Amino acid sequence: MKPTDIKNPEYFHKVVDCQYACPAHTPVPEYIRLIAAERYTEAYMVNWESNVFPGVLGRTCDRPCEPACRRGRVEEEPVAICRLKRVAADNKGDVTSFMPQGPFVPNGKKIALIGGGPASLTVARDLAPLGYEVHLYDNQPMGGGMMRSQIPSFRLPDSVLNEEVGFVLDLGIHTHFNTRVNSLRDVLDQGYDAVFVGTGAPKGKDLADLPGRWDAKAHVHIGIEWLASVAFEHTAKIGKKVIVLGGGNTAMDCCRTSRRLGGEEVKVVVRSPFKEMKASPWEIEDALHEDIPILECHVPKSFVVEDGQLKGMMFEKVEAKYENGRRKLVSTGEPDVFIEADDVLVAIGQENSFPWIERDLGLQFNEWGLPVLDEKTFQSTIPNVFFGGDSAMGPKNVITAVAQGHSAAVSIDLFCSEKSVHDRPSPYTNLISQKMGIHEWIYDSPVSDDERFKVPHADKALTLKDRKKEVELGFSPETGFKEAQRCLNCDVQTVFTENKCIECDACMDVCPTSCITFTVNGEEEDLRSRLLVPADNLSQDLYVSDTLKTGRVMVKDEDVCLHCGLCAERCPTSAWDMQKYLYSVTKAGNQCGILQELTT
Amino acid sequence: MTYIKPKFRHPDLPKNAVGFTKTDYEGVISTLCAGCGHDSISGSIVQACYEMSIEPHRVAKLSGIGCSSKTPNYFLNNSHGFNSVHGRMPSVATGANMANRDLIYLGVSGDGDTASIGMGQFVHAIRRNLNMLYIVMNNGCYGLTKGQDSATADAGSVSKSGSVNPFEGIDLVGMALELGATFVARSFSGDKTQLVPLIKAALSHNGFALIDVLSPCVTFNNNVGSTKSYDYVRDHIEALAEIGYVPEKEEITVSYDSGSSVDVELHDGSSVQLHKLAEGWDPRDRQAAMSRLQQAKAEGEILTGLVYVDPDSKDLHEIIKSDKRPLNSLKEEDLCPGAGVLAMINDEFR
Ligand SMILES: Cc1cc2nc3c(=O)[nH]c(=O)nc-3n(C[C@H](O)[C@H](O)[C@H](O)COP(=O)(O)OP(=O)(O)OC[C@H]3O[C@@H](n4cnc5c(N)ncnc54)[C@H](O)[C@@H]3O)c2cc1C
Ligand SMILES: Cc1ncc(C[n+]2csc(CCOP(=O)(O)OP(=O)(O)O)c2C)c(N)n1
Ligand code: SF4
Ligand code: SF4
Ligand code: SF4
Ligand SMILES: [Mg+2]
Repeated sequence: MKPTDIKNPEYFHKVVDCQYACPAHTPVPEYIRLIAAERYTEAYMVNWESNVFPGVLGRTCDRPCEPACRRGRVEEEPVAICRLKRVAADNKGDVTSFMPQGPFVPNGKKIALIGGGPASLTVARDLAPLGYEVHLYDNQPMGGGMMRSQIPSFRLPDSVLNEEVGFVLDLGIHTHFNTRVNSLRDVLDQGYDAVFVGTGAPKGKDLADLPGRWDAKAHVHIGIEWLASVAFEHTAKIGKKVIVLGGGNTAMDCCRTSRRLGGEEVKVVVRSPFKEMKASPWEIEDALHEDIPILECHVPKSFVVEDGQLKGMMFEKVEAKYENGRRKLVSTGEPDVFIEADDVLVAIGQENSFPWIERDLGLQFNEWGLPVLDEKTFQSTIPNVFFGGDSAMGPKNVITAVAQGHSAAVSIDLFCSEKSVHDRPSPYTNLISQKMGIHEWIYDSPVSDDERFKVPHADKALTLKDRKKEVELGFSPETGFKEAQRCLNCDVQTVFTENKCIECDACMDVCPTSCITFTVNGEEEDLRSRLLVPADNLSQDLYVSDTLKTGRVMVKDEDVCLHCGLCAERCPTSAWDMQKYLYSVTKAGNQCGILQELTT
Repeated sequence: MTYIKPKFRHPDLPKNAVGFTKTDYEGVISTLCAGCGHDSISGSIVQACYEMSIEPHRVAKLSGIGCSSKTPNYFLNNSHGFNSVHGRMPSVATGANMANRDLIYLGVSGDGDTASIGMGQFVHAIRRNLNMLYIVMNNGCYGLTKGQDSATADAGSVSKSGSVNPFEGIDLVGMALELGATFVARSFSGDKTQLVPLIKAALSHNGFALIDVLSPCVTFNNNVGSTKSYDYVRDHIEALAEIGYVPEKEEITVSYDSGSSVDVELHDGSSVQLHKLAEGWDPRDRQAAMSRLQQAKAEGEILTGLVYVDPDSKDLHEIIKSDKRPLNSLKEEDLCPGAGVLAMINDEFR
């Protein structure tokens, strides 16, 4: 293999599994160390710069970082990254002095943001400090998009959301709430330099053709519409017996909300087998804990209505058969099942819908009804119209909306400065040695043996009575510290300098997880098979040195490196060093205040 | 202070025939200087014992005094251990071996521990063909006492402080051959591909097995002018053969041209395979080995590999016909067989 090019900013970025997996590439280990040091405000700001909604995400993030966490490959459970973020948010001090300090010198450019969800708010956050005049339009009375209308208060208290939406709006955003945009043409005619569309995926799927659907319409609700009407306090009650159709997170929020609005026998009914449900495991767990049974392999057949009154639903029992990797649901032949219900909530998916975009403007849509976009720049086929969040590529989650908001903001800034949107600035990176002395590193190198800590919950008897009472209580600072110590500091990189190595083998012998091998070079596949422990995890790179004096090379399998620093500790010549790698994704105007402040 | 070895190991660590991973053969984290050759030798011992599927409780590790003699703490933590006084490891090993021949004896010593204070002990262990592996971690100096020249330092070798050694160095390999040792090898800490199979062969040997391992002292004897530095050893090394170790139950699968290779079957049925042999040399020929060693010395080469082996070696127990059972398993009736047996013995002298 060729020697690894560690100058490529992506090489070490990829070693930081959590940060790499995070759509916004939040510098996870950096803020986890700050939490351990009780520097909650700084930990919060590292998050805020990267993901804009630390308090929201510390409670609700889909956490793609956790399945990626290296710790999950050396023991049972990954670091509770998401809940640590909440520790920073819950314990932070006054952040005002860390925030961008307005008023900002106007740059003469004016932009419109349609929709007030996380995507638009991210664009606003990135561009307002650069002097843009930002106008935000939303049909709801307040900002936050689906974070407000969909995510129930028992998972995300209003106070947390209001504070973080406020941080953005306080940057001098011109808000136009309760204002539905009905024509893109009108917006374009108002002479904005650029328009960002962050209108989400606002349409819930229905079972329009199922027999009885329209006879029962007063008691059949579309999940996301119903959740929004609960959030905005138009709905405060539901029947005693409730069926929730669907196996995703929306269904979980619907059933748990029903339990709080008078639902006593709430059942979730899914077509698929239980183990294939789309909802996150922790959401399913929470629903089960609230005494909500989940019935698998039941396909809805009809709504049963008597004398104009909904009685329940009929289901066909099926089983899953797999052919050539494709799943088919086949009837078991058992008699159909009737389930009683006073109300039914349909939570079977969301769609995009752009009735307000005129089709003669030159804005192209693809076969799925989504705008045709450049995947990196989020530019549409109208050069000054950009998209991001659920409206861009279909329903995902808050952190993806934020990540796309950052990218779109970079594009808008380049576009408004008359530069090519494709010539994007590089990420901010820095590599700093952690050595202080013998056995002493700037970072806390010993590896904790603790197993993952559980987040305590409020008493069920209380939370089921009050829809606004938050269920999760968050880690205490003490537990937060212990959980933070589980982090392996994967951003503290092992950096090898071949001309210093005397090939004493000390690093290879001491490495607890057998990551380092000195051997003769070969093709990647061959090399992988010849390491101390074969490197079978192909998603993890090999770090290969140039040829050493004896003709061998140093090969390090990054897979299960604990970043314990023992290799560097035992190296007589400092051929290994532990160096902290900072990687901050490109943002508009390349602002990365706190990270730079913390590291220079 | 952050000097703790984490508990986590690679999740895919393979297991050997007795169900252990390499971790089960490890010791505590080393406190020797970073880069010390001795640590690599510990690593090779771990590797060899793991690969041979030796149950750790069957090993007794013994040592004297010195950095080298500290290493038994850094390998085989689940084995028996005895850290004796300076130069006295061979006596303790002899006693232990006499008391219980069922254990595998692994002695570790330094060049100071062996060639100076312990010389008298060392030669008698050889002479008696005590069944043990005796590893000398040879760095040409007294590492633990800050680097004074030892008796194996070569004449003309320059110390870190710049003084030139005026005395002839003792060659432990040549001496062991002279004394009739039945397994004699030399190796280099930085060459695990050679050292690991040598350790395995030595552990399979019935009788005294010496491996003199050049093992640079990074702190006191790794300077320019030293003949025991990493660079000097690497530049002057001359391997007698490529070596492979084939366990008893495995078939020999690699075969080499006769003439350039030899298979030597050892006492326990395993064998060492040597190929690309140095010309005119057979590891079963003591005289040839001695002259090849002299020749290498004259040419300034450091000869490594299996220098000599006697596959038919008989160890001390066989020579003195001692009881096959460990002393602690002998019952009173074995030790005091009674008046009848005494009368029989007395009759022999009439
Ligand atoms: C029930 C439910 C629970 C969820 N839970 C989570 C969770 O726990 N964690 C997570 O990460 N994600 C969750 N999501 C997904 C997440 O809410 C969305 O992916 C995210 O909010 C998308 O952000 P966005 O900025 O693209 O759009 P949105 O948040 O959808 O915001 C779009 C805004 O635009 C407004 N709008 C739309 N059209 C117009 C128009 N024509 N004029 C003016 N305004 C308009 C909408 O009213 C809305 O306020 C959940 C979604 C649902 C449905
Ligand atoms: C009876 C006695 N005399 C002297 C010493 C001091 N001493 C300790 S270690 C050592 C020499 C060790 O040299 P070596 O065996 O080569 O070990 P190394 O440290 O080089 O590995 C000496 C002389 C001692 N501990 N005991
Ligand atoms: S151990 Fe820490 S740094 Fe490493 S992937 Fe997990 S959270 Fe990230
Ligand atoms: S930091 Fe070095 S010693 Fe520790 S696990 Fe990684 S490679 Fe091994
Ligand atoms: S410990 Fe240092 S000098 Fe020794 S082999 Fe490893 S990198 Fe090379
Ligand atoms: Mg010595």
